[in-house]
Amino acid sequence: MTPPPYSLMELMSVVAAREIKDGEVVFAGTGLPMLGVMLAQRTHAPRCTIIFEAGTVASALAHLPMSVGDPRVMRGAATAAGLMEVFTYVLQAGRVDVGFLSGAQVDRFGNINSTSIGPDPRHPAVRFSGSGGACDIACLAKRTIIIAKHEKRRFPERVDYITSPGWLEGGASRSNSGLIRGGPSSMVTTMGVMRFRPGTRAPYLESYHPGLTPGAVAEATGFALEVGEAVETPPPAPAELAILRDEVDPERIFLR
Amino acid sequence: MSGKMIDLRAAAALVPDGATLSVGGFTTQRHPMAFVRELIRQGRRDLYLFGHSPGGDWDILIGAGCVKRVELAYEADEAFNTVGPRWRKAVEAGRIEWEDYSNFSMVARFTAGAMGIPFMPVRSLLGSDVAARAALTPEQRKADPRTSPKKLHEMASPFNPRERVVLVPAIRSDFAVIHVQKATENGTVRILGQTFADVQQALCAGTVIVTAEEIVGEDELRREPESNQLPYFVVTHVCRVPYGAHPYAVYQCYDYDPLHLQEYHDAAREDSSFRRYLDKYVYDPKGHEEYLEAAGGRARLEMLKASPGYGYRPDLKRRR
Repeated sequence: MTPPPYSLMELMSVVAAREIKDGEVVFAGTGLPMLGVMLAQRTHAPRCTIIFEAGTVASALAHLPMSVGDPRVMRGAATAAGLMEVFTYVLQAGRVDVGFLSGAQVDRFGNINSTSIGPDPRHPAVRFSGSGGACDIACLAKRTIIIAKHEKRRFPERVDYITSPGWLEGGASRSNSGLIRGGPSSMVTTMGVMRFRPGTRAPYLESYHPGLTPGAVAEATGFALEVGEAVETPPPAPAELAILRDEVDPERIFLR
Repeated sequence: MSGKMIDLRAAAALVPDGATLSVGGFTTQRHPMAFVRELIRQGRRDLYLFGHSPGGDWDILIGAGCVKRVELAYEADEAFNTVGPRWRKAVEAGRIEWEDYSNFSMVARFTAGAMGIPFMPVRSLLGSDVAARAALTPEQRKADPRTSPKKLHEMASPFNPRERVVLVPAIRSDFAVIHVQKATENGTVRILGQTFADVQQALCAGTVIVTAEEIVGEDELRREPESNQLPYFVVTHVCRVPYGAHPYAVYQCYDYDPLHLQEYHDAAREDSSFRRYLDKYVYDPKGHEEYLEAAGGRARLEMLKASPGYGYRPDLKRRR
């Protein structure tokens, strides 16, 4: 079999971009979310707005930033201030439509761990960076999209530490916790796209990436996953790939 | 010359062992790195740090053994490294005390301190383990009165019991050190680009030390007061430190140094190579000038110089 004319990272960037609707306000983090939102702006969502938590609103990126505090995010921005302005007036006030999140572990209700591995966070087996703004985005964006590497150990039944709350225990548990909006709408992984059932918030496989089977995705998932309705992920169009490679990341900062 | 101008060595010497401190910047921009290296050179110990998203500024302080306790949201250099290697090592080896918050809650804490109120309500953290669990034990909190006796407090709004909020405690630190593009000898400060939480960090500190790329006349900054961030009476000391954030970026001045950051993160993986990094860039150079020479001197700095109209270096080679 000939390999597909795109990399996994390119496929995931395209899938992430397709999650963004035109006109939306997007809270983007470093890496794949930046590729996705820049691609979306150059294809079907030219009027989407990029927010970076370090203080800029509506950047018109000319070069891929390597951090949300990169001077590159100043390019063409409508306003620049600090974290407090973005977190209060933009995020907490309900002006962010979609935020991107990722982490070391993600569970069946889309709760994310980016703090530490092990039962006792005071004595972790492995320590990570910590929340940064992830917990805040998970709590206060209208919806979130989770980007993750699809491995059984990364998709446990329960995460060791809920850095960023998803649907918590499923059902109405998220709103019962006092959170006023939001919740994960999808999980874009290296193997497919998962979503959550309305009401129960149980996860199901919407699509599996070309070359895989629904069974292979379920096998690589540490929690029960409905796969009956899954279809193959539509592959990237040549035009999407050209924009990604030539306009979004010609320096190959993130694209592999 | 007002009495506020001071050299870097004297400024760092003001911070005693055990002090509470916050430093400005965000992951890869505007950290007062020259000041941080001077603290390490002077052998500072038992520092207590407050921050939101520090990067290598904290990682190197932690690795050099200067830090006892931190309260933070994140410790990494984003695309250069998704976790600070010395931070990770210190936590896993039990060599540091810490408490986890989120960026919003940490910045809300600085803001409460800056506003002179005891706490700030936020509608974040609910349902998370950041709210439900604490890394510091009650005994550790009690042992140091500078740590809030409680990590946070969840409650219903007194005005509408259906609305839940999380109160996060104000921060008051002994010192704040920020690195900015322009300051006057008298302490008026202008930050270009994102301000991060530098303004709030300065306003909640007892002693504020500003290191600046450029010292300019009071008249120049007062022609556009709307562009200035801190009034002079907040600032205790001012140091002139060109390239003071290297290897991190300063908007409109210079870009981050990708080669140096990669060298740091490679070195910081192992104790022995980290030690060699410290010798080469911190202990052997006698001060900031010698550090810049060790880091590649004029030729390297020219490569990083920001292009007008961008504020960064568009042609910078950023990946090996």
